[in-house]
Amino acid sequence: MEQLTTIGLNHYLTISAFLLGFGLFAVMTRKNAIVVLMGVELILNAANINFLAFSKYNGGMEGVMFALFVIVIAAAEAAIALAIVINIYKIFKSVDVSSIDTLKE
Amino acid sequence: MSNTTYTVIFYLFAAITVCSAAFVVFTRNVIYSAFSLLFTFFGAAALYVFLSADFIAVTQVVVYVGGILVLLLFGVMFTNSIMQTGQKSEVLHIIPGTLLLIAMIGAMLYTIYTTHTWMPSETMLQGSIVERIGFETMSRYVLPFEMVSILLLAALIGAAFLARFDKPGK
Repeated sequence: MEQLTTIGLNHYLTISAFLLGFGLFAVMTRKNAIVVLMGVELILNAANINFLAFSKYNGGMEGVMFALFVIVIAAAEAAIALAIVINIYKIFKSVDVSSIDTLKE
Repeated sequence: MSNTTYTVIFYLFAAITVCSAAFVVFTRNVIYSAFSLLFTFFGAAALYVFLSADFIAVTQVVVYVGGILVLLLFGVMFTNSIMQTGQKSEVLHIIPGTLLLIAMIGAMLYTIYTTHTWMPSETMLQGSIVERIGFETMSRYVLPFEMVSILLLAALIGAAFLARFDKPGK
């Protein structure tokens, strides 16, 4: 009971594990490229929660700075990925990731 | 704020984050996923406040909710006929995906809870850390900061170049 009521590092790690699992599930199973991107964002958020949790309980600033850079990279990644998805839609008329198999013999 | 209130609010935000993340993944409707992702991002921002990273929380709201989510919604609207109700997205590899989901979460929880108890340091981060972030950005992390700004500029120019619509007559 004591462990449930005092919020510690384990609670944050648990939330982060759930977010990572759901993100991985979305990346693996969804056919829509946009939902795959949402899964990647979930994974990045899970990593960020871990960085900030370890940074808080360690007392250093490294995790906080890394989380900031992760957010910046996520923004760049989302912009590029959306541009690619829009190009795929222009060529294939769908964003179904399993139908994009031009390179397959 | 008493300890009980703190705990209850933490569990509330944790539940919002995890449940809306599950809804993002398990609903078939792309628009529902996108709007559910909004709650996930807000819940994560609230957790960042609990982790005394208030600046990161504000950045999360501004960048993720104001930028990435709007971008994703634009993507959904560009690439789906939104007026059709019942816009569904198919799933594939559902069995391996579910197995991986359960195995991943189970393995991580097992590892987290059965290894040694974590020992928090005495110098835990307390209160606001905005000033320290500014100090660190301009001292130890000034080179990564500049590099990431150039990367962001290049990525945005590249994205605008990739996504532009060609004139059909040319």
